[in-house]
Amino acid sequence: MEIFDLLVISLRQLAKNKLRSGLTVLGVVIGIAAVTTMVSIGQATGDLVRTQFQSLGANVLIVFPGRVQKAGVSEGKRASLTAADAAAVASDCPSVRAASPLVGTQGQVIGGNVNWKPNELLGVGPDYLAVRNWPMASGAFLSERDVLGATKNCVIGHTIAQKLFPGADPMGQQIRIRNIPFTITGVLAKKGANMVGQDQDDIILMPWTTVRKRLQGSNFANVDVILVSARSEDSSAKAEQEMSLLLNERHKISPGERSDFHVENTAEIAKVLNVITSTMTAMLSAIAAISLVVGGVGIMNIMLVSVTERTREIGLRMALGARPRDILWQFLVEAVVLSCVGGAIGIAMGISASYAITAGLNAMLPDAHWPFVVSVPAAIIALVFAGCVGVFFGFYPARRASRLDPIEALRYD
Amino acid sequence: MALIELRDLAKTYDLGEVQVHALRGVTLDIREGEFVALIGPSGSGKSTLMNLLGCLDRPTRGSYVLAGEEVAGLSRDQLAQVRSRRIGFVFQNFNLLARTSALENVETPLLYSKAFGRSDRRARAAELLDRVGLGDRHDHHPNQLSGGQQQRVAIARALVNKPAILLCDEPTGNLDTRTSREVMNFFRSLNADGLTVILVTHDLEVARRADRALVLIDGGVVADTTDFDQAAEMLHRRVLDGDDA
Repeated sequence: MEIFDLLVISLRQLAKNKLRSGLTVLGVVIGIAAVTTMVSIGQATGDLVRTQFQSLGANVLIVFPGRVQKAGVSEGKRASLTAADAAAVASDCPSVRAASPLVGTQGQVIGGNVNWKPNELLGVGPDYLAVRNWPMASGAFLSERDVLGATKNCVIGHTIAQKLFPGADPMGQQIRIRNIPFTITGVLAKKGANMVGQDQDDIILMPWTTVRKRLQGSNFANVDVILVSARSEDSSAKAEQEMSLLLNERHKISPGERSDFHVENTAEIAKVLNVITSTMTAMLSAIAAISLVVGGVGIMNIMLVSVTERTREIGLRMALGARPRDILWQFLVEAVVLSCVGGAIGIAMGISASYAITAGLNAMLPDAHWPFVVSVPAAIIALVFAGCVGVFFGFYPARRASRLDPIEALRYD
Repeated sequence: MALIELRDLAKTYDLGEVQVHALRGVTLDIREGEFVALIGPSGSGKSTLMNLLGCLDRPTRGSYVLAGEEVAGLSRDQLAQVRSRRIGFVFQNFNLLARTSALENVETPLLYSKAFGRSDRRARAAELLDRVGLGDRHDHHPNQLSGGQQQRVAIARALVNKPAILLCDEPTGNLDTRTSREVMNFFRSLNADGLTVILVTHDLEVARRADRALVLIDGGVVADTTDFDQAAEMLHRRVLDGDDA
């Protein structure tokens, strides 16, 4: 018998018992829907983590100053990193694309007639935007000259522009930070919230020298951290090595001695987070797959009932010339069609469920921008798996049907 | 050469402690184009013989040559193919597939014979339904048809693969007298066209419409005759003997 005929026969048979067929596939529907939803949400989480790390910048590494230790007690940070270190890293490490020193501070901002406390008030170098992969919306970013002259120019984020100058062009406007007047020379492009929902556009950038000298009144040339971007994700580990070598040399630290800085590689952290999310997804999917097995047992049960009910039909088909293997195929195809239909419904339900969950998450965390991901490979795998469940659990009933004796089957009441 | 050659064909059911000799070595020939009635009381072995003739069962002993082919030792798959090619069954209770149209019922054997392509199958099934006089009932389901109509669908189904033998097991058992006569007339006309018909029945009046009677008692053929009065006598005598014993 040809597969097309088998499909037609099995679909007709299933259509004769719509309610029963529906209830039979329910287990598979739920199993596949659960797997699809888990994979979809898991992938969305992974995507979210990835985009968040990308919004941090392109393959960013952060160099922190080391901690001062006395007799094994850690006593705060050393002032070991300088802007010269940042410049050296940028020019001498081949795997580094750009580097910028960074000095953080806090302060109240007054602009227009608004009083505002920004999330971040940072002193940076001219390559800061290159490191963070952040374009300008208008104006120009701080230059080398701004840094050298510790000018009172600043660049503001999208949120600041909206809060301080709603409906007006902030370019060239004056703002006061701790009573020092600054001129706005540029506005950053909107970046959105980060992973924990913090608004990244609530930011004011100025030359790091300005922060040190004018806001903090300090003459020290050290910086809080150096922000570095590697040329690619693959070269970030190499960049880490090159920087360690260079900085050890610059800081005159002999081999074996403890470094006075340490490097954090966000690409590595992202990798670890990815491993965690994918492991979680796999585990949840495995649990969901168990319900699929339960669904398969349901199919087997109904197929066994069906074989008993249709014993006469089987005997008749054999009398009409069906070989045992024709009967085997008929029941096997029926089980597979049943489970694949269940799988298809399950995928549709799983996609709807993950859409609803994504919408719910986004309603609760409006800044997170949780992505809605439909994994086509996962859907295909789920469908194939459902088919396999059908084959596995349909085989025994089908084999039983094919082994019936035609005479006894014809006589069966 | 006869269409059917049975030589010492026997079937024994092994029920563990007892062995039931359902058929005790039957030897007979049936030529092409014959109309044979297989008569016997219940338990006489006529069902067993019919199952063997229909290639539904395998004999314990002996030889069965059907159209020049020895079928006694064939496997289940091979027997299925012999059934598909050579044998058409008509049953007492029609055995139509429920909730399936007449046309699809008639089409079913073609699924297993591969004699026709998908598009030709429908035409062939329609042709047979027209031939049994149900040209206007193609889409009717069995429960929408009368008993006689259902049996005619079953006959169309039995004929759809152009079998060598039409094997009818009590075909009129569930029909009223008038419909029985119609069905028997139809068998006669098929036989007149050259089809070999084997009729299994316990009803002597039905059997009289055949040309030759095979009387089975206790697993053996006690009469092979064209004289139905003789067959009736054999049948009665054995039944009475059985009652005496």
